[in-house]
Formats: sequence, structure tokens, C-alpha cells
Amino acid sequence: MPDATTAPVTDPILALLKDYHPPKGSADELFDGNGAIRPVWRDFLNYFSTIEPEDLVARFRRGDQYLRDAGVFFRQNTNDDAADRAWPLSNVPVIIHEEEWRRLSDGLIQRADLLEAVLADLYGENRLVTDGYLPPSLLASNPQWLRAMVGLKPVSGNHLQFIAFEIGRGPNGDWWVLSDRTQAPAGAGIALENRLATARVFPELFAKTNVHRLAGFFRAFRDSLQTYNTAPEGRIGILTSRQLNEAYLEHAYIARYLGFMLIEGEDLTVENGNAMVRTVAGLTPITAIWRRLADSLADPLELDETSQLGTPGLVGAVREGNLHLANNLGSGVLEARAFLAFLPKICRTLLGEPLKLPNVATWWCGDSAALEHVRAQATRMLLSPALSSLLPFDPDDDIAYGAHITDTLDARLAADGAGLVGQEIASLSTTPALIDGRLVPRPMSLRMFLSRTPQGWQVMPGGYARIGQSEDVSAISMKRGGSVADVWVVSDTPVPLDTMATQPVGRYPRPQSGTLPSRAADNLFWLGRYVERAEHMVRMLRAQHLRFAEAGDRDDPLQASIAAYMEDLPLDPAKPMPEELLGTLDSAVLSASRVHDRFSIDGWAALRDIANTAVELEPNLTPGDDTVRAMTALLYKIAALSGLVHENMFRFTDWQFLSIGRAMERTADMAAVLAHFAADDAPDGSLDVALEVGDCIMTYHRRYSLGSQRDTVVDLMVFDTMNPRAVLFQLEQMRAQVSKLPGAEDHGLMSPLSRSLLKIHSELAVKTPETVDTEALTDLVEELGEASNLLSTAYLS
Amino acid sequence: MAAPMLYDVALSITQSYGSPAVGARQVVRLVPPTLPGEQEVIVSSLSADPIPDERRDRRDFFGNGVVEIAYRGPQEHIDYKVTARVRRLVSPPQLQLSPDIAGLATEIAKVRSVGPDAPHHFRSASPRVPHVPALAAYARKSVTITGSALECVETLGLALYRDMKFDPEATTVATPVAEAFEARHGVCQDFSHIMIGCLRSLGIPAGYVSGFLRTIPPEGKPRLQGADAMHAWVCAWCGFELGWVEYDPTNAVFANTDHIIIARGRDYGDVAPVKGVLRTAGMQDADHAVDMVEVPA
Repeated sequence: MPDATTAPVTDPILALLKDYHPPKGSADELFDGNGAIRPVWRDFLNYFSTIEPEDLVARFRRGDQYLRDAGVFFRQNTNDDAADRAWPLSNVPVIIHEEEWRRLSDGLIQRADLLEAVLADLYGENRLVTDGYLPPSLLASNPQWLRAMVGLKPVSGNHLQFIAFEIGRGPNGDWWVLSDRTQAPAGAGIALENRLATARVFPELFAKTNVHRLAGFFRAFRDSLQTYNTAPEGRIGILTSRQLNEAYLEHAYIARYLGFMLIEGEDLTVENGNAMVRTVAGLTPITAIWRRLADSLADPLELDETSQLGTPGLVGAVREGNLHLANNLGSGVLEARAFLAFLPKICRTLLGEPLKLPNVATWWCGDSAALEHVRAQATRMLLSPALSSLLPFDPDDDIAYGAHITDTLDARLAADGAGLVGQEIASLSTTPALIDGRLVPRPMSLRMFLSRTPQGWQVMPGGYARIGQSEDVSAISMKRGGSVADVWVVSDTPVPLDTMATQPVGRYPRPQSGTLPSRAADNLFWLGRYVERAEHMVRMLRAQHLRFAEAGDRDDPLQASIAAYMEDLPLDPAKPMPEELLGTLDSAVLSASRVHDRFSIDGWAALRDIANTAVELEPNLTPGDDTVRAMTALLYKIAALSGLVHENMFRFTDWQFLSIGRAMERTADMAAVLAHFAADDAPDGSLDVALEVGDCIMTYHRRYSLGSQRDTVVDLMVFDTMNPRAVLFQLEQMRAQVSKLPGAEDHGLMSPLSRSLLKIHSELAVKTPETVDTEALTDLVEELGEASNLLSTAYLS
Repeated sequence: MAAPMLYDVALSITQSYGSPAVGARQVVRLVPPTLPGEQEVIVSSLSADPIPDERRDRRDFFGNGVVEIAYRGPQEHIDYKVTARVRRLVSPPQLQLSPDIAGLATEIAKVRSVGPDAPHHFRSASPRVPHVPALAAYARKSVTITGSALECVETLGLALYRDMKFDPEATTVATPVAEAFEARHGVCQDFSHIMIGCLRSLGIPAGYVSGFLRTIPPEGKPRLQGADAMHAWVCAWCGFELGWVEYDPTNAVFANTDHIIIARGRDYGDVAPVKGVLRTAGMQDADHAVDMVEVPA
């Protein structure tokens, strides 16, 4: 490996950079102020220039594929297309030398301490207001300042534990803080994912470059949260929202990575000032939560009363000192942009020193002197809402670029100065992005993460960069098609190879299977049911169209009987791909998406593939052979999914609920099929339909050389415990799983659910094929419905 | 100054649920507090039926008394009863010692505080009283902008009393302020929210007061609107000299010895008598009755 500082600039590099011309008036990451390549980029450029263009395409595809496989996608906020798009990864990393990183870190650690001190004042004595350092309206008009939290001391003594900063490099090469993210900063998981994806794009380079690893940072964060986890057998929770969006997927990802429990507001309840998780084993105390839900939504009783995502009483648990939240409720107040106007002076007052890292110059227009300054310097200003907590350049913001102060703007300034800030239009540095095969400069901002540990603030040696789609800095927003890149903090000497796998010091209770939240169990149970239901529908459709292909649509009693059965399901017999099947698959995907942290990534991909395939098949499907083939293809995919799930899933409580759901659905389907197709008055050929839908044809014909007879068919499909589709087999499975659930037995007494299943099982077991008539089978389906309700009451609510 | 009045107040709230509510947790603001110079509570009690599994008493940001009640098991009904004996002391402001609106802005700017009484909390939109342009237009039309803040409060209150129809059937607790104003009808909550929105648009800090109104009027006086239910009116900050004044737009009077205060906040949301999210599938039904009787001296 060539020495980074002395390696010559080779011709291939010149060729590589022939289109790379940073715009004048802004700094660049690749070139320093004198137009020389920064030494820290040399290795990368040398390596990059040796890659053939075709190879590069393949490499980038590998990175994208990794992200797709990881279940990471970004839902673009566009009206026309609600489809999921691949994560927009800009595969070229941003490379920064560790010396520069250290300076940035110093500045941000100081700022983190400052923000903590400010928060302590805003929710405590309010000296900053009474002493005139902050205008009162910055709090009083700010919906992020939570009055319910005023006067409450956080149990840890600190409001902030995990924060982020958005920073950018100005034209003269110095860095500026653009935004403080103190609420529940997104993106730590994104940083991790980008790292894994980028390392797959450039494996050889990554292996031999001294890139600081991220795992140590996460481990330290996990360990410090663990110190607040004081409940016996308690786990750390990540509090997320119910919406399926990119934030939720990130939470699920990081929950898996850190071994935290992903919970929603609905999973929590508060008793006597203690927060508890509703689990399948009852209420379990929880004392430490990484809060990723906006604080105002966290408690409808004391905060935003319209919130559907919170937990009534959560503020009470914080008030009583029984719950540590990272970050504390109310910490989002500092995200309001207007604070940037006051923090420089506050820093001198509270810390007795100037800011080491300045923030973007900001003037609050509620102050008359500042207002005059903004008016006078309007051409260099960007005017935006003072209390907005959006990132710079967010298109949802009401921003006016100040080229000149128009009449309307002037009127607005006069009427609502306190509602506006002026900020110097930030020119961001550019960094290489590969667009159409060429390296071109694109504006970027960096997101850096800090976590508080017993040893002080730690800075993630990495993070991510937001890369603009065009040279226009405002195009940096992801909502405007921007992308993200990994950030490599590079050392001149080898870095420690840290992983999460090394056992940290401290107490780590093995996760108890009983800590499955009831809501997650509910989704797993229904996921099991929906997949099985979809399979049954597919088998029915195949049976239907097989007969249609053979007999056409002439008046045929068997086809009419099949149609009647389908209508009861319900499953539209007139359509090759009925709405009901698509709806069932959608429901399965939705259930799986709500347990993203518990359902395997491969399983998720396989399930989505089934649902997508069905949607793609729908428009062009013709009745008969075509549909038979399509349904067969879907069956293979469903079988692959079942294999993936049931071969690979740990036999935790998660799996139990999934398989109980599946068994319950399968039992009911089998019984319903027999009730209809093995009825006394069923038309000729009905028994064969039953065998086919029950996937028993081969076994039947091996065992019974004669044609289909009712009693033998019923024997095989109901009583034969060697047959995994037989009703009795499934009932035994279900009882075995239910007996292992928490609370299945209470001091020797069976739970109502266990009792109900035993009754169904034993009533059936003493029957014979002759006595299992349509009525008995219909009753069984009904009793199963009651058992399902008992399960819901006991575990799922 | 009017003579102090002594009252016995009785309030009962009944809530019933179609299907039993599990894990009910409610925050109630129902008990009048002692407010030096304004009212004095001689005795008071709040009881809940059935007996709750948890009960905590505390004060909220604005200093209002709050009782938090929780039940573990399913409940078919939750009832509250409040009884109190309260001496009411103040009479309406008589002197015109308030600045005009421009002067008020200067005074507000001098208040370096975000304490519960600070006018800053009551200047901008709050969750239940968002900025509604129609309210601002109405307010500008109704008052003489050069008059004192106190005059603005009274003029506006009279205008609303004239233009709005009191109609208990027309709105619910969830009716948006813009909608009630558009139709010019509603109950004390709507009157108060509309007046708050108007005052704020003029630059006068304004908040919401919940309380009771005497049930039977003194001899020879008409019965007041809203006397058989919990009542609401408006508080407005009229400068350092006068401070907060309270005006009842539903009856077009300054709050007086007929009014007993329970809680103050930015809007209904801050002082809602009963707040609480229940996990129930069935219909909820709530009813309440108020009796506020003068105790003979």
C-alpha cells in the first residue's frame, strides 16, 4: 500500500477527475483550498481509478442489493407514486482525516454540554429568560417546550443522552453547525447500514484502509443505557411510532443490532408511576427507553391529547423518577431554529468560553436590531419560520430566499417578526458523487452523532453525509431526491477492529421469551393465519381452474359447488386473481411489517415477493391453464416462505404465536373443506377436490388403491396423525404450543384456552370417520373461532 | 366592591361505557382552588366511584389543581362528585387603568418571565385556538383600536354577545372554533374560544377559565346562561396596572361574585374537566350536573 501522503498523483486519477470542477465560492472535500488533492483521499482515488466501469456498476449494485435485502427502503414523499424505492445510497464515501474529526468532535462535545445546560434551565429556573438571554416567546409560543415537563428533574440528572448535529463546511473551509438534533435524531441505523453497504462495494479498499469502526460507539451507548435498566429481567426498549415509514424501519434495524425491544406506545402502560410493557406473560416493568417517538406524542393525557401513538401516564412515570428516557421529554425544544441566534452568547455566559464550532449565523427578527440587520442584508439571507425544527433546505419549510425583500415579505416581517429568522445563506462544501459514470462535485452536509456515557460524551467516528442531487445546495434534502453517503474517518495508523460481538462488561440478562409484547404476538399470530389463508385460497383457485380447463364453463355441478364454497370463504369465483387473495396477502405483509424486528429479513423479502408476484399476475391472467400455472407458481413461493420461516426461526414465543396462527387457520380450512366437499350430497368429484386442496392425493392413492371414498378420505384428512395437514395433527400441534405459553397452567388448573382446545381435540378424537359429518365439522370450525378469541383475550391485548 | 359571597357547590359527572373500559386513566380538574384576593375555599372534596386503584393529587404548569385517577380492571362507569364551600371575593374592574394596544405590546415586552402568569403564554395560537383569519377580521371590525385594552375586551365581549346565539345543541366539545364562529352559535366553550382568538389577534393576551356559575340568580336578576353546567369564560391581560381581568362573553359581564374559578389555561385543552383515553370499543356517554347555591349569611 502506498504511503498516503507521498503517493504521486497518477494519470488514471487525472482521468478520473477530468469532470470534477468544484464550483467557485465553496469549499471541496476532495481538493483543499489550494486546489491540491487532500492526502486522505489518495488511496481511495488510486484504488477507484483501477476499477473498470462495468465492474463499478456491478459493485454499486452489490451495495444497493445489500440494502434491499436488509429490508431498508425509503418511502419518497411524492404524491404520484406510493411505491417503495430503494434506499438512495451514494456509493462514494466522504473521507475525512481523524485529526479534522477530532477538532469537530471537540466542538460538538462542548455544544452538547451547552445544550444540556440550556435544557436544564428551560425546564428549571428559567434564568436565561429572566436574565434576558432568551426572549420569552421562544418558549411560550414554542409547541416543543412542554409545559408538563417544567420543574421535573430527569432521573439520570440529564436531559440528553443521544443527539446529532447537522454540520456543513463553509467557503473558507471552516465547519458550521447547521442544526441541533436534540429530540430523537434519526439516522444512527442509516449510518450503520451505509457502512455495511459501502464496505461491500469496496471490500479490498475498506479492509486495508484505516477506517474507524462504528461498533464501539454503539456498544458504549448500549452499556450506558443499560445502567438505567434496573428492573429485574427488564430489557431496554426503543419506543417507535406505529407508522410504517423509513424511520420505523431504521428503528427495527437498530433494535435488532443492539438487542433492544422494539415497542410502540400501545405496548406500554403505567401503574403507580411505573412504566410496564404489555407482554404475552403479563405486565413487565421497563425503566430505560431510547425514545424515537416525538415527545409531544408520547402521552395523550399530559401532552398532545390528539396523539394516537402515546401512552397515557408516561409523563407520570418520568415525574416519579421511575423511567429514564433518552432523550428526555421536552428536549426537542432546542431544535427550533431561532435558538441558533442566541446560543453563541449563551455559551459565553453558561460555559464561560466561546463556541469552539460556530453555528450558521442567525438573526431572530423579533428583535428590532436583528430585524434591521436582516432587512439591510436581505440579499444574503434566507428567511424561515423561527420555531421550525426542520433541517435546513427541507422543502416542507416555508422558506424565502432573500434575493430581495419583497413587499409581502416586508409586511410579514413587520407583522410577525418573532415568527421569523434570517440566516446567512449557507454555501456547503462539495464532495465526489458518481453520476452517469463520472465523478462530479455535489453539495453535502454531515450528520454526526454523540452519546453520553459514564466517561462523557462519545462521538460516533462516522455518520452519514447527505448529498445533493444537483449543484444547488437546496437539493440536499432527501425529499428532493438527495442521497446519503457513508463517512469514513481515516487514521494514519491501524485502528482497533471493534465489533458488537465482544462481550462488554456489565450485566446482561438473557432476553426472556416472555418479553414478547402482546401487540407483536398479535401480528405474528395473524401473519401465520394470513399466510395459511392465502395458501388455502391459492389451492382452491388452482382446483377450480384445473376443472375449468378440463370441462369448460358448461353447467357442471362440481364447478358450481366449488364456486359456492369459494363464495363462502369469501373468494370471488369469477376472477382468476380475486381481490380477497390480494387483500389477504396485503394483510400478511402489513402484519409482518409491524414485527419488522422479529421476522427474518429473508422471510420479509420472500413474503413481499409473493404479494408483488400476485399483483403483477393480476391484470393478464386468463381462466383455465394460465391461472393453474400462476397459482402453482405462487404455491411454490409460499412453500419457500414457510420453509424459510419454520426451518430457521428460533423456537421463541415469537415462533409459537406464528405457528399457532398457522395451525388454527389450517385446521379451520381443512374442516371447512371437508364439511363442504365430503358432505353426503356433494357432487361427483368433490372428494378429489378435498384431497387436492388438502395436498393429500399422492398419499391417498398410495394407501388406498381404490377410488376416493368418503370414509377413507375423512380418515386421512382428519384422523391420520402422520399427515401434517390432518385436523387432528394440527390440533395436537396447537395444544403442544399453547401448553408452553406463559400462564397456560395456573397452579395445576388449565387456562380457558387450553381447556377449550382440549375439548375440541377430545371430542374429535373419540369420533370415527362415519360420525364426523358436516355438522360436526362445522361445529368444530365455530369452536375454533371461540378458541381464537380466548387466545386474543389472554395474550394479544 | 361587591360584598363577598358564600356558596355551596355540588358537581356530579357520570361516564358510562357501552363495553367496559379497561385500564382507564383520567386527569380531572374539577375542584376550585383558593386564590388569594379572588376566592377562598373553606372545604372541598372530590370522590370517584368506583374507588380508583390509583389517585394522585398535584398541580399543573398553570397552578391548577389536578387529580389523576386510574383503574386497572374493566369499568362500566366512572363517576365523580365534587362538593365545596367557597367564599368569592372579587368584583369586576372599575378603573380604566390599562394602556392601549400599542402600549400593551411595550409592557408585554418588558415581562421577562415564562412563569404561569406571564402574558407570553397567551399571545399566540394554542392547540384549540389556532389562528383563524375570520376572527382577526371580526375583532378589528368590532373594536376601536386606539381604545384601552380593557375597553377592547368589553367591546368585543358585547359584540360577541350580540352576534352569537347561545345554543347548547349546536356544537360539541370537539367543534373547531372556526366552525362555531362561522355559524355564530355555540355554548360557553365556543364563546370563550372565539373571544380568545379575537383578543390574541388584537395583541391582547387571552386565556380560558373554567368554573361554576351560581344556579339561582339573586332576586330580581335574570338566570345566567350555562348555570346548570360547568361554565367557562375568558381572562385577558390588560397591562401591569390592571393585570388579568376576566370576562364572561356568554353573559356579557365581567366575571363577578356569581363566578367561581376552577382552572385557567390557554384554552379548553389545558383545563378540560375530565381528560383521559380509554381502551374501549363501545360508545362513551357522559353527563354532568352542577348546583351552586348561595349560603345564607
